[in-house]
Amino acid sequence: MITGYGPIQRTVRVWLPVLFFLVVALLPFYWMAITSIKPNSELYSMRANPLLVHAPTLKHYVDLLTTTSFLLWTWNTMLVAVISTAISLVLGIMLAYPLARINFPGAGLLAISVAAVYLVPQPLLFIPLADVINRLDLGNTLTSVILTYPTMLVPFCAWLLLGYFKTVPMELEEAARIDGASRFQTMRRIFLPLCTPGFISAGIFAFTLAQNEFLYALIFLTKSTVRTVPVGVISELIKGDVFYWGQLMAAALLGSVPVAIIYSFFVEHYVSGLTSGAVKG
Amino acid sequence: MAIQTETLARVAERPRRPFSLSSWADRGTVFSWLMMAPPILFILAFVGYPFCYGIWLSLESRPVAQPGTFVGLANFIKDAHDPVFWQVVRNTFVYTGIATLLKMVGGLGLALAMNQDFKLKNVIRALLLLPFIVPTVLSTVAFMWMLDPAFSVVNRVLIGLGLPKPGPSWLGSPILAMFSIIMINTWRGLPFYGISLLAGLQTVPVELYEAATIDGASGWQRFRFVTLPLLQPIILIVTLFSVIFTFADFQLVYVLTHGGPQNATNLLATYAFDIGMGSGQLGLGASVALTMLPALALLIVGITLYLRKKS
Repeated sequence: MITGYGPIQRTVRVWLPVLFFLVVALLPFYWMAITSIKPNSELYSMRANPLLVHAPTLKHYVDLLTTTSFLLWTWNTMLVAVISTAISLVLGIMLAYPLARINFPGAGLLAISVAAVYLVPQPLLFIPLADVINRLDLGNTLTSVILTYPTMLVPFCAWLLLGYFKTVPMELEEAARIDGASRFQTMRRIFLPLCTPGFISAGIFAFTLAQNEFLYALIFLTKSTVRTVPVGVISELIKGDVFYWGQLMAAALLGSVPVAIIYSFFVEHYVSGLTSGAVKG
Repeated sequence: MAIQTETLARVAERPRRPFSLSSWADRGTVFSWLMMAPPILFILAFVGYPFCYGIWLSLESRPVAQPGTFVGLANFIKDAHDPVFWQVVRNTFVYTGIATLLKMVGGLGLALAMNQDFKLKNVIRALLLLPFIVPTVLSTVAFMWMLDPAFSVVNRVLIGLGLPKPGPSWLGSPILAMFSIIMINTWRGLPFYGISLLAGLQTVPVELYEAATIDGASGWQRFRFVTLPLLQPIILIVTLFSVIFTFADFQLVYVLTHGGPQNATNLLATYAFDIGMGSGQLGLGASVALTMLPALALLIVGITLYLRKKS
């Protein structure tokens, strides 16, 4: 690139905007973290400098873990996210493989329909779904959300994988077919092992979406023992007009940690999945 | 000697293999449909059926846990005469419009800022995406605390900078509450825009910029006539996605303001929830939710047609 700037000007030009975005993006997390380790006397004092902490304490974390069902909610969230992600990946593969690799009448139309279903937002479905879950007698069971999360995750995984599958060259499968392998064998033994990166991308996305889900969990899970972290935090840590801000921020931070850790391991997959085009914003 | 055509024909005829289930299942079309049957049935049962059932519900008067009675379009007529409904529609459009615009402009800025050479680029990119991946409810709770009426850190900083006490009531005044939800939605959605556009920027060939520079184009002209036209398709698709999920947003508003004060931040999704789940009028709630459909359908058809053209 041609830049007619000195080193100082260059630094300012490059870093000033980057730092601005970085501060805006991370300030709320800083605030979460610092609130969660402040003693109440500092939290509700108007004199102490709010941006700093003077006598850090882990009291809010201890309270959160011992006096609330936070750990149970975390376990529920993990369980639901892992199972619904697994179901969605399997069903997504079953949907995407024929659409991407086999020429059959209607494949194009079906692929487009998958994209359309993915774009149907939850608020359009939650009232009838609530009634369906009631009639199936699944209210207040984790099964209710494990069954309903894949409604958004299956089309999503299928769409993401469809794009990925199309980039894999056909030759290996053709060779396997000529050697007499059945279509199922070709898919399972030859094709799927090649697509692990695609599964990782789709899997992390599905997992973060499942962790993030709120509306269905709010409607279907009203008992404390079956709640997920987002619903538990909103329904039980916010009691009327009394807020336990230290605990709330500790919960917000701890609830974000699992997603952040998984994300940090697979950030490259995440970004490549994100930029391949189809993600909820 | 002339070969008789009949002999030839008989030779060319392949011996019919006996019908077997496995070879039938191995035919392309059959295999495809067998494979896709479970996911398709699942989607029909849990998306297709609820969708149609929702349309049916919207034509019923259906209090929760009671049988419904068919009332035709009465629910929609009731909505049309409900001033709150129209306020909610207006809120939804304002929220979607402004937040999308901010995300687009900010996202472009973020992408341009990140499309330079500097150290730790990957780490910074990963950090910038955090708002987008952390569960919305949890980050919204943090904002709730930052905008707390009594202990808002934002206000304490503003007062420190010379604003009169007690500072603005971020979630208490109608206009500021709308402003707050728009800003928080932007905060969350901007990284998605930025990183998607960054990927688009990186595909722009350097030669084009060099050629433009040689032709005497200024920085702004390079952006306007090289970058922007090449980014247009990706901006379009990201915007359509963002519009759909902003238009149908629920979590942020439900957590931060519950639609208040005086419905100033109530959106179609939260209003449908209030009516359907809060007051238990499933039919009326379904009708409110369905009023999102025309606008959404337009967008969804737009995106799918575009994706089709691209593929």
